[in-house]
Amino acid sequence: MMSLFKNPRIRGGVHPEARKENLSDEKIVTQFPLPKTLYIPLQQHVGKPAEPLIRVGDKVLKGQLLAYSQGLVSAPVHAPSSGIILDVNDYPAPHPSALPIRMIVLETDGLDEWFTSPVPEDPFQLTPEDISLRVGAAGIVGLGGATFPTAVKLNMGRENQIDTLIINGSECEPYLSCDDRLMQERAEQIIDGVRLMLHGMESDHAVVAIEDNKPQAFYAMQSAAKPYPLIEVRQIPTQYPMGWDRQLIKYVTGKEVPVGCRSSEIGVTIHNVGTAHAVHKAIRHGQALVSRVVTISGGAVGRPMNVEVPLGTLISEVFNFCAVDLEQTARIVMGGPMMGDSLPHTGLPTVKATSGLLALTQHELKSSDVQPCIRCAGCVSVCPAGLRPLDMANNIRVNQLDAAVDLGLKDCISCGCCSYICPSNIPLVQYFKYASGEVIARQQAQHKSEQTKRLMDDRNARMERIAKQQEEDEKARIAAKAERERLKAEQAAQAEQESLA
Amino acid sequence: MIVNMRPKSGAHIGVKANVSFIMWQVMLALIPATVFGLWLFGWPAINLFIVTLLSGLLFEAVCIRLQGRAVKPVLMDGSALLSAWLLALTLPPWAPWWIGVVGSALAIILGKQVYGGLGQNLFNPAMLARVALLISFPIEMTTWANVSPLFFSQSPGLIESWHITFSGLENIDAKTGATVLGMIKTEFSQHHVLSEILQDYSGFGNFIGWARGSLGETSVLLIGLGGLWLMRQGIIQWHIPFSLLGSVVILASIFHLIDDQHFISPLLHLSSGGLVLVAFFIATDYVTSPNTQAGQIVFGMGCGVLIFVIRTWGAYPEGSGFAVLLMNSATPLIDYYIKPRIYGRDRQGKPLEIPKS
Repeated sequence: MMSLFKNPRIRGGVHPEARKENLSDEKIVTQFPLPKTLYIPLQQHVGKPAEPLIRVGDKVLKGQLLAYSQGLVSAPVHAPSSGIILDVNDYPAPHPSALPIRMIVLETDGLDEWFTSPVPEDPFQLTPEDISLRVGAAGIVGLGGATFPTAVKLNMGRENQIDTLIINGSECEPYLSCDDRLMQERAEQIIDGVRLMLHGMESDHAVVAIEDNKPQAFYAMQSAAKPYPLIEVRQIPTQYPMGWDRQLIKYVTGKEVPVGCRSSEIGVTIHNVGTAHAVHKAIRHGQALVSRVVTISGGAVGRPMNVEVPLGTLISEVFNFCAVDLEQTARIVMGGPMMGDSLPHTGLPTVKATSGLLALTQHELKSSDVQPCIRCAGCVSVCPAGLRPLDMANNIRVNQLDAAVDLGLKDCISCGCCSYICPSNIPLVQYFKYASGEVIARQQAQHKSEQTKRLMDDRNARMERIAKQQEEDEKARIAAKAERERLKAEQAAQAEQESLA
Repeated sequence: MIVNMRPKSGAHIGVKANVSFIMWQVMLALIPATVFGLWLFGWPAINLFIVTLLSGLLFEAVCIRLQGRAVKPVLMDGSALLSAWLLALTLPPWAPWWIGVVGSALAIILGKQVYGGLGQNLFNPAMLARVALLISFPIEMTTWANVSPLFFSQSPGLIESWHITFSGLENIDAKTGATVLGMIKTEFSQHHVLSEILQDYSGFGNFIGWARGSLGETSVLLIGLGGLWLMRQGIIQWHIPFSLLGSVVILASIFHLIDDQHFISPLLHLSSGGLVLVAFFIATDYVTSPNTQAGQIVFGMGCGVLIFVIRTWGAYPEGSGFAVLLMNSATPLIDYYIKPRIYGRDRQGKPLEIPKS
């Protein structure tokens, strides 16, 4: 009864069919055949793209630095296997647009030879700053899908004196089970990563939150965490989007993160279990982030599995390995079915954010037969952020984006609950993403026109000043000339007088 | 390879229920009360029901055709059929055919299509049509047939029913009478008190629907069961029906306790007229009710209070239609003032303050 009162009410949310049954009981496949060519985007994280420091033709080892991070928020990129650099050029990005972005193309030599950084004997003797440095140097970013550079988050945590580190093991997206398997198979390593993160943030309390539809993962993590009283493993209700960081923070700590504020400012920070595992590998084994576990699932997949693939592997190769029937595939989704994006083809690489690759059949997809909104308000009741999606969509439809912003467009987290529940099949999240992009574009256009106007005004003022200056110079010149002539005349007169005298 | 890209953003999966599924579920919930009403009032009621539904579909088709859109998918969404159905349930069962036709035209054309079709209307189409009919044709709209179930010897046969529906009712006084609420209103005006008025009243008959009244609203039992089933199916929420019925019951109880000779009991309120039909099927109309749960409670209470006030002190014996229309017009206002709090913001929309730790 106490727990009823202790835990705050979860707002909104939906209960989609989980579709994880088979995969959460099968081991992570680790013998993925090494691809001949890897395409490694320079931007696989939030922030600035990495800057390449290799040349075409260079020979590199697995885990060797290919591109260094630039700027405050950025992450480096490492070679996912050993081989030779073929090209550094623009290739289609794993994004719905598939527009080209800069990538390093690596031809693997099949040796898969590691380059590891030196490993400290006892990492807990390292300074917290050193932990952050090593995590940053290993190219670790949030592996839940947000891809925010982990080192930056550790630094912010240290600066703000975190009292709770939440490890997100909710994995609330349907289909996905990579975190579930990771927790079942590599619980000790994850817990070690959590301890290292606590050390890196100089904090002494962590909560691992796992949805109660993953009992095996919960027991594994609980027994792995037993020796460490700092780490509490807790079950949370199964409900999408439980893994939304702010929802989870509210549920676990009871604190609500104010808008426009980072969670570390209220003493909480949140990392994914996959990230904790990557931290363990970086600090204990000196290995950079060069591969990740990806869930391959969906109705068109012949052999669904959780598989560890090198970053930069083309989706087509992964799909071949998993016997995906492309004839049956109606939509390819990267990520989960609620928040993931659809991809136009399979010639795109997997990246650090790729938690899942789904080949969905027409039958699995939500109908795209759009009907008029009947104001059923389902979207209002499921929105975890407390928005009114139907009113926002109505305003966006008539291009009143300012009104949509006033209704809270910027507070939308694109979780997809509204699109999921809508009986009229209105693609609400698509509307909101379009509008958000359009609002930014308009602001930039306005900023640009203001800048242009300012430059024009400056130029006009400058020209006016110059013209004025010239006019004055001219006047001065004329005056000087007159003066000279007067002097000349005077001199001449004087000379005449003198000669007369 | 067939790649179905759109929409590009999630959710890529979703509930299977679509608009027509919802409409059909509502109609399914109406079937018991409708079948009972059709049986109770016999062939003339069946004629009126069919005429109303068919003309509703016809007007919808004409409007869609005028807009140059494909007719079939719009008719298949079931919304026009449902509006006409709900209207038919609120008509006097032996009303002439043109009441059904005019009512359908009012509901579909004036009530819905002129606003821009499904989802755009401000007022509930069925209630708009019913109130317009009541004001325009008060005699036809208050001629209540006696209970005359199908296949009973004194009930009209098929041929006679065509006369009633298509050329008008003869010998009106022998076959019609007043509803319970209407009778009470009339008797009150003669300065009678409730204990005299309700001598012949059967509470049980009224509850199961064995009474004069509109075609489908006499059986509180069947309508209530249909409504509860809809609630179980998740099509409607409890907020509007319970707050509406609750406010009527509370007000009626208070006044009945104060003076049981001049204020009818809450049970009589519940089992008479269209109260329960309105609570479960009309006021819960998605399009014309507020979006938030708190707003829905306010809306339901507003309807309940207005129904009680009109029934008790108004000129009309029944106030459900007026109450719903009035609250429909307040819905945009309710939605403007009652909205959910956005995560991380206060009720005014300003970011929360960072707590001092």
